[in-house]
Amino acid sequence: MQQQLKLDELASRCGEWLRGTGPESDIVISSRIRLARNLGDFPFIRRCSQDDRHAIERTARNRMEKLDQWSTVHYLNVSQLSEVDRQFLVERQLISRELADAEGSRAVAIDPNEQFSVMINEEDHLRLQVMHSGLALENAWQQISELDDMLEGAITYAVHPQYGYLTACPTNVGTGLRVSVMLHLPALVITRQIEKVFRSLQKISVTVRGLYGEGSQFTGDFYQVSNQITLGRTEQELIQQVSEVVPLLIDYERRARRFLIDQNEQDLHDDVSRALGILCTAKKISSEETMHYLSKVRMGVNLGLIESVPMKKINELFIQTQPAHLQKLHGRLLASSDRNVQRACFLQSHLAGGRDTPPGLN
Amino acid sequence: MKCQYCEKPATFHITELVGPDGPSVTHLCEEHARKYLSSESPTPLAAVASALAKQLKLGQTKEELAELDRKACPVCGITFYEFRNAGRLGCPFDYTHFRKDLEPLLANIHDSVEHIGKRPKRAAHAAGVQGRAIQLRREMEEAVEHEDYERASVLRDQLRALESGDDAGAQPQAEQPGQGDC
Repeated sequence: MQQQLKLDELASRCGEWLRGTGPESDIVISSRIRLARNLGDFPFIRRCSQDDRHAIERTARNRMEKLDQWSTVHYLNVSQLSEVDRQFLVERQLISRELADAEGSRAVAIDPNEQFSVMINEEDHLRLQVMHSGLALENAWQQISELDDMLEGAITYAVHPQYGYLTACPTNVGTGLRVSVMLHLPALVITRQIEKVFRSLQKISVTVRGLYGEGSQFTGDFYQVSNQITLGRTEQELIQQVSEVVPLLIDYERRARRFLIDQNEQDLHDDVSRALGILCTAKKISSEETMHYLSKVRMGVNLGLIESVPMKKINELFIQTQPAHLQKLHGRLLASSDRNVQRACFLQSHLAGGRDTPPGLN
Repeated sequence: MKCQYCEKPATFHITELVGPDGPSVTHLCEEHARKYLSSESPTPLAAVASALAKQLKLGQTKEELAELDRKACPVCGITFYEFRNAGRLGCPFDYTHFRKDLEPLLANIHDSVEHIGKRPKRAAHAAGVQGRAIQLRREMEEAVEHEDYERASVLRDQLRALESGDDAGAQPQAEQPGQGDC
């Protein structure tokens, strides 16, 4: 029951990374850093017995409870959550799909501002995560490194003198670090430049990942750029590697937006305004269609073509119209077709402000 | 790292969040990445494991590979075959036990075999001691399963001694769990 209260509290507001502020936040949605850590005297999750999993969970929890900073933390036993609640946390990027779908004892600790979260018994025993709005990798690194130091106080991590932090998958060994920057690149998609841009990134190995959507990948023109390797470079070097790519992507996206405006501003204005019109007036709408139009509206707002909707609202709607969020906010489970109706209602009330007509278009 | 569909270097590393088996990573060359990204059809199932397996096959004879596959970690019991298939190791001691076989793989993935970043402030127990703790716990669970509670309690005491003794308490006889080639 207490878990439910904490979840409802989370659902009722939006986390720090959705503020839509921070450097370059017209294009950079969020900066995230995660660290993979394992306890040295337990097998990796794959070979853990239920007793092992319980013991790991207890050890991590005891450690966290002793931290002053974590007195307000939401500690959730993921194994006791319903499917929709687990999905809600995935949509919110507070847990991974792997943790949501796993079995056995597993948990997540979330700070109320949703900047930090610690997953317990995911692919590795501990997955620490720090997330910020906009481009703020240095801040994120400082915070997560401090969190890592605090947790380490009473936990003996699995470490190898040569290989560094040991992880269940050899692709994470060494630093256990994954740096990810989520970008909104609609103009590069419209102008079909996105592949060319990815090609220009070849010289450094980066991961490109699409985000969100119930079926197809890359719904909403969100892309995530991450480091691929974790061994043989310092954390600062790995962060630097991603940091150097992001301004290039921002620059390409801005140039593509400028190109679209120069080419035919009226067409672009028409396109983003129609997108807003559909979102404000549709009577039923799927998650993917919503992402598609919200993406256009977001670009319209950034280019000053739409002035009536604040950026924070758009960012929130991307998350709040996801299936599990919608059901949490509605207060009960909904079939897919009912969700589409509810989603349309939700969009209308948040974008049209209860009026019958869409907010003033420029 | 090579492309999963051809011999060219993989420069695109794409993670699918939604798939029948949960998230999976695909490593592709530019040409295959383009096909992959533009296709509407469900994405091919490609796990880290297959990429790893491919790396391992290079330069190894069938017999060598079969022998390697049978090799098992004395601490957690995972065989190299299981690792190849799942792409996940069984315990921290695997990095010591399978060192010879893992190192080329690490070099392939990371272009390096040496960590130069942050290290824990607390000194970790030696790999052998940590491995011994995992081993004791496993033996203890087996004893309980076989209702050999006497043995289970002996093992539990040993585990407690090992855990409470920090590095100093760890008996050197905390036998090197690795036998042979570590």
